[in-house]
Amino acid sequence: MITKRIIPCLDVKNGRVVKGVNFLGLNDVSSPVELARYYSDHGADELVFYDITASAEGRALFTDILTEVARQIFIPLTVGGGINSLEDFDRVLKCGADKVSVNSGAIRNPSLVKEAAKRYGDQCVVLSVDVKRVDGVFRVFAKGGRENTGMEAIEWIRRCVGDGAGEVVVNSIDTDGVKGGFDLPMLQAVCDAVSVPVIASGGAGCIRHFSELFHSLPQVDAGLAASIFHFHEVDIGELKQSLLAEGIPMRTIKKG
Amino acid sequence: MIAIVDYGVGNLFSLRSSLLAVGADAVITADPCVLRAAEKIILPGVGAFGDAAEKLRESGLDRLVKEEAAKGKPILGICLGMQLLLEKSYEYGEHEGLGLIPGVIRPIADVIPADYKIPHIGWNALHFGAEKHPLFRYLAEGDHVYFVHSYYGAQCKESVIATAEYGADLTAAVASGNVMGCQFHPEKSGSVGLAILRAFCEMEVA
Repeated sequence: MITKRIIPCLDVKNGRVVKGVNFLGLNDVSSPVELARYYSDHGADELVFYDITASAEGRALFTDILTEVARQIFIPLTVGGGINSLEDFDRVLKCGADKVSVNSGAIRNPSLVKEAAKRYGDQCVVLSVDVKRVDGVFRVFAKGGRENTGMEAIEWIRRCVGDGAGEVVVNSIDTDGVKGGFDLPMLQAVCDAVSVPVIASGGAGCIRHFSELFHSLPQVDAGLAASIFHFHEVDIGELKQSLLAEGIPMRTIKKG
Repeated sequence: MIAIVDYGVGNLFSLRSSLLAVGADAVITADPCVLRAAEKIILPGVGAFGDAAEKLRESGLDRLVKEEAAKGKPILGICLGMQLLLEKSYEYGEHEGLGLIPGVIRPIADVIPADYKIPHIGWNALHFGAEKHPLFRYLAEGDHVYFVHSYYGAQCKESVIATAEYGADLTAAVASGNVMGCQFHPEKSGSVGLAILRAFCEMEVA
């Protein structure tokens, strides 16, 4: 039986892992390579690296770090942040990424998803969407959640999946950083619209929130979180044992 | 030395890194001399079967892999590389494989229920049946490995050495003598995947 995936997300800036609370106020947490190894050893099913660097030097540093992670960590790696062209796909895939996550780049360049899926296969293209309710409608936000694009989110997601996005990460800005649980109504709406794997992001604060997610929305394939793992508020090994005990299919790893 | 066949398909960085991590001496090569000199050969692959089969044929490496297999050299196909070991694929048309293992490649949609997502992507448990192949000697029944595929090995029952349940029992690994293949990605399957690669590296060369 296929298992539900637990995915820590590492935002990387100038070679360090950071995590914003509601996308603001960044804190240094740890070394990306060390943190990646820790998560892999403790049962993370996949890792997402987000490059939030703006400068060219920072970008070069990011690819160096990615290469080092891929040399040492043998679980699937997804890379996002600053992916605007096929050249960007090439750049991170060469460093050992297995999947590439596009967000603002897909909004700016409407043919990016289609071209990337054609060249690298659907399984390689992950659509990441920051979604927020505006007057009761799910809207797509760009620039790390600061700018309302005005686009209706479900329609946008459906279109990108039609173009070949093989997975969708739904990040609810409404629940992100609040630690009150995943945005179940938003995720339900996305699951109803598309048949590719859906990864829930934004709002996890404790083990119960993951349990709630997988019990109420069995169509959701994975739960993604950052700070609760980085600050060890939730231990991935304990989380997976606990979900497994509740009958949710989980991959657990042997110690030693 | 283990040679990873480089025929222009996919990124081989992780595969080589994972072999180095289990202490193997691994090279990525398209050089026939290196491939002939290697103790073992790994045939990787991602993407579409037709394109990959054509690239392999154009480079002449298809014949070389078959010759080395005939000499008894251990060969391991991974993901699309496993599919290429079979006789034929029905992915976008009909394409010839290497025919080293009896069987054909068909869409998983043919055998799984309609409400299952395609591709079969994520971690799934391996089931070995009555006898465990030497490739899995360090594994336990139910250990998880990472899959990403939309097509599967069919009509290869005699060669199946592991299956994974996804609404149907899908072929997870095959073997026929010294020729073996994994549908999943051992190089992306954490410590379990490394244990499979270690077992392959340790196999006796005939």
